Amino acid sequence: MSVVAEDNSVNQSYKYVGTRPVRHDGLEKVNGKARFAADISKPRMIHGHVLRSPHAHAKILSIDTSKAESMPGVKAIVTASDFPLPKKDEGFPHRSKNLIARGKVYYEGQAVAAVAATTRRHAREAAAKIKVNYQELPTVMTINEAMADDAPLVHENLITKGSDKKEAKPSNIAEMDFHERGDIDVGFAEADFVYENEFTTEAFHQGYIEPHACLADTGKDGRSEIWCSSQGHFMVRSATAKMLGWETSKIKVIPAEIGGGFGGKTTIYLEPLAVKLSEKADRPVKMVMSRDEVFKATGPAPGTKIRVKIGAKKSGEITAGKAWLAYEAGPFGGSWAKLGGWCIFASYNIPNVQIEAYEIIVNRPVNIAYRAPSAPMAAYATESVLDHIAKEIDMDPIDLRIFNAVKEGDNQPGDSVASTGKYPKIGFKETLEAIKNHPNYKIPLGPNQGRGIATGYWFNIAQTSSATINLSEDGRAVVMTGSPDIGGSRASMAIMAAEVIGIDVNLIQPVVGDTETVGFTDVTEGSRATYATGIAVVNAAEKIVRKVKERASIMWDCNLEDVEWVDGSAIHKDGKETPISLPEITAEAKKTGGPLNATGSLETKGHGPAFSTQLCDLEVDPETGRVTILRYTTAQDAGTAIHPSYVEGQMQGGVAQGIGMALNEEYIYNQKGRMENSGFLDYRMPVASDLPMIETIIVEVPNPRHPFGVRGVGEVGIVPPLPAVANAIHDAVGVRLREAPMSPVKVLKALNQKNGANG
Amino acid sequence: MIKVILGTNLKNITNGLDELEVEATSVKSLIAEMDRRYPGIADALQSGFALAIDGEVIANPGYEKLEEVSEVRFLSPIQGG
Repeated sequence: MSVVAEDNSVNQSYKYVGTRPVRHDGLEKVNGKARFAADISKPRMIHGHVLRSPHAHAKILSIDTSKAESMPGVKAIVTASDFPLPKKDEGFPHRSKNLIARGKVYYEGQAVAAVAATTRRHAREAAAKIKVNYQELPTVMTINEAMADDAPLVHENLITKGSDKKEAKPSNIAEMDFHERGDIDVGFAEADFVYENEFTTEAFHQGYIEPHACLADTGKDGRSEIWCSSQGHFMVRSATAKMLGWETSKIKVIPAEIGGGFGGKTTIYLEPLAVKLSEKADRPVKMVMSRDEVFKATGPAPGTKIRVKIGAKKSGEITAGKAWLAYEAGPFGGSWAKLGGWCIFASYNIPNVQIEAYEIIVNRPVNIAYRAPSAPMAAYATESVLDHIAKEIDMDPIDLRIFNAVKEGDNQPGDSVASTGKYPKIGFKETLEAIKNHPNYKIPLGPNQGRGIATGYWFNIAQTSSATINLSEDGRAVVMTGSPDIGGSRASMAIMAAEVIGIDVNLIQPVVGDTETVGFTDVTEGSRATYATGIAVVNAAEKIVRKVKERASIMWDCNLEDVEWVDGSAIHKDGKETPISLPEITAEAKKTGGPLNATGSLETKGHGPAFSTQLCDLEVDPETGRVTILRYTTAQDAGTAIHPSYVEGQMQGGVAQGIGMALNEEYIYNQKGRMENSGFLDYRMPVASDLPMIETIIVEVPNPRHPFGVRGVGEVGIVPPLPAVANAIHDAVGVRLREAPMSPVKVLKALNQKNGANG
Repeated sequence: MIKVILGTNLKNITNGLDELEVEATSVKSLIAEMDRRYPGIADALQSGFALAIDGEVIANPGYEKLEEVSEVRFLSPIQGG
């Protein structure tokens, strides 16, 4: 790895920030002691199993549970009638509609009933005895099918939200969004070269190794405790309470370790079912999904169809950008195309822009966020078109992007407005320059080898975070936050606290508190944990420093103003007293005012947008169409890397997943709308042997709104690989793949078409 | 007077207007005034929204003071992975 740092006052020299201590939870993870949700058991515990729809679209005429109820070991069964009718959908992702089918199923795998029994086998066998009478309905599986004039309607009365035309006719278009800036016609008229093309992607799953799992223990007092794997246990609490019609405070959620989320665990599936089964059975209930259930019933990222048209002058100046985006939005809608529209031209300073986005209803699982949701597909289109333009005007593809790159003060896009304001300080251009100056950009390529460049943008999120710091008698600190650790954030929290308090990072124990021991914290999503929760930790640590200085002044019987805090010790500013270390102060805490603790809790603002530029070298086998990644280099603006190893890990993980999107991953359905590859043998994700070492360049242009300059790093790395791979394939063999995944079959087909055309 | 920029879903309620001038001292009073002029706006926002207040994106808006603010842009709810 390498680090490119900008000379900036925020980027000062730190003692702990920027170091690479062993993660505090590392030992437990490698020796198997870490407890994931499926590892947790309780006395008298029974097991839940969900009966899921075999149909992609059907009316439920009746459900008969009588036979299942009489099966051995069965303790409880729930159907939709056990849950209150949803009052109103509270924004995406339509969790209440998705929890359990009510009168109709909208996709294969949708929950219809759930059984709790003494063993998993008993629960599974009893579920199979539940008799559900379905009336099958025609399915709509793709954007093209859903938008056809004669398409079957998934919802009979759905009128497109946001349509300027005031469509009175129901359709499968849930929502449309339109916005523009400048004059698109003038922009294209000014261009010397205009290129337009259409790109499609298939649905792909987040692919976390740990399936969804939870354990619920509901008492006769009407309270329930839930142990679960999620990206936000406060979200689990509030969403579960809403679906049960309970008061939020009657539920306590204890976060288990999480075996991957990538956005897919920002919602719930099992928890209300488990709570209700536990209430009915008066026993703790554990539920664990199979991989088949994870694929069929939990959210993939949407498939898309995107058309992009860009006009540029011979100088490289982009004069206009026009985009038409359609994103699958599962059966209940979403804001996926809007997010794509937000990101599609975000990296470039384009004066004339027009964006039209459509959310398309299909009989597929409810889509859920996947790392920079919607952005990779948008980048696939834009970055492929730019690659074509660079070749047409004979300009280096990085120079073309540098020429047009957004910088501080340029328009920052929004989803349904042309701009949300001006960009703050960003490091996009620096990522482009870092790749251009890297030796890998100049390595000669062989036959059938190609090089691709692409960039990515993600806006990042701030939101609400809480942290509490408790000092123990021996001067060590426990830093408790409400952010589940999905990417090494505990280590980052410990480092930031260490930097402020001035004690060694190994004297700090970072923990993730449950919903009753730490303040409310939003979901770990949007690359927000190290940014927002980090600010909460810094605030709490600063309060701790003030408090220990007060205690030192009591011990010295001097004014607080005479006490300075240096490297974890109190120093009398006139040198009159012998310095007192933190352990000496905490040891005397009972005599100087009691326990030492502090809380930081705030709604954060000022998150910095993230940018990444990536370089892909690959080789295409013209006989088989197989693509082998030879080298991959990624440069990303981290603001300040608190723990560089975990920044690199995020960058590499994003690239690996993005390469999977580019080359292999896709949901495959049969004619009946049933998924045919719901396992890792058939749903091909990249494994270590498929990839070279992904080289990282951490660019540090500090975010002035964070005490240490942090901007989120968790998502943007997944945005460029799709177009970077596509551009490299084009460079290698001269075919532009416009359908992802760019699997060997598609590559070979494109090569044959090209060779046929040439022949 | 605050310049208010509306997204597509609110433009339907404002008869196609995507920019309003509104006198308000807080997000709460801003929405109340918009809803008074164009009934249905408050309802439409019930399913969630975000704001950009003078360029600063607020994920969970509701009670922000707007005394010194010149521009408010309405966005869809924000979600990340």
